[in-house]
Amino acid sequence: MLGPVDYLLLLTELVLEVFAVVFLLKQKALSQYFTIVLYLCASIAVGIGRYSVLKSAGFTSDSYLYFYYFSDALLTICLYFVLMTLYAHVFSEMNVGKFVRGGAMLLLAGTILISYYTIASSSDKLITKFVNELSQNLYFVGVVLTYLLWGAMMKLRETRTRLMQLVLSMGVYFSAFAGSYALGNMYPNLRVWHYVCHLMVVWLPISWAYTFMKVPEDARIATAKVVAPTQ
Amino acid sequence: MIAALIFVISFLTLLQFFVSYSRSLIAESQGHELSEQAREICGLTAKTVAGEQFRRLLALIALCPEPGGDGFEIRAVALYFRLLGLVRILFSWAIPSAVPWIEAERGGCAYAAAVALDRRIAYNRMMMTQQASLQL
Repeated sequence: MLGPVDYLLLLTELVLEVFAVVFLLKQKALSQYFTIVLYLCASIAVGIGRYSVLKSAGFTSDSYLYFYYFSDALLTICLYFVLMTLYAHVFSEMNVGKFVRGGAMLLLAGTILISYYTIASSSDKLITKFVNELSQNLYFVGVVLTYLLWGAMMKLRETRTRLMQLVLSMGVYFSAFAGSYALGNMYPNLRVWHYVCHLMVVWLPISWAYTFMKVPEDARIATAKVVAPTQ
Repeated sequence: MIAALIFVISFLTLLQFFVSYSRSLIAESQGHELSEQAREICGLTAKTVAGEQFRRLLALIALCPEPGGDGFEIRAVALYFRLLGLVRILFSWAIPSAVPWIEAERGGCAYAAAVALDRRIAYNRMMMTQQASLQL
């Protein structure tokens, strides 16, 4: 059963996401960071969808469990698109946009195929341990991709503060989710990770809104200041 | 086994990403020169701010109304400050050479808090001036 804290967190998530979308549109970031707005809109739709399934079918129903994990996979795929946009921004001067888009399509197709194959061959275990493992793997691929992007940014001595903060906030999000899903797989009855997931969902809209609100597009910081010790 | 491996790797990357994110927030504020008024209110004499001042600065920040938007930054930096405190306790006996670096980082957190306080003071002064001009 969901308690008042869960409902409060659900509402907070929704309000923050709506605020972040409005703020991004106000900052005219739609053309440059379309996938971020797309992800936030998808997340709002998923939040409303989850609430309506929860109300109609109940928290312990199979429908809610299916909807929850499939919508989670959908949101993760949207986050891959956000990552690809960030890759495109980082490599914009190298004219490799076509390769990035191609890579993104291949990655998406691969993820869908692997997910479909695993679902088809493990349908009897779908709402038990398998779904958790699938989400854990999807988030872990996100961690690896973000880590590679961050590594490339350090190598290229990227100085755009906004881009840096967007990539790092994605890294925090993916790592926290991959870790919490892995812990959930190891200790399925550990309740604390349920709240960690809620808190981490709030992290992305807040950090994105902060970055677009406080960091101007032309702000620059040296990579060394972020990575190396100050002494 | 795979879940444990994913957990360990994710935890380490989470730490690295969070530390870098916090440092990017702190680095942004390092370009800001503290005003004389803010120095006077904070009781600062040197150009740098010691890590021990952080909690006092947070208490002062809590007294100033928020101009909007810096709450997230302060919370993230405060979390990084606590993390550094934990690292100092754990590593001060094992790697004593790391202590000066930890202290410098804590000082950076305190400077970021001082900058946030400076901005809030400036905002409040501006509001008071506006209010006074409206009353006239």
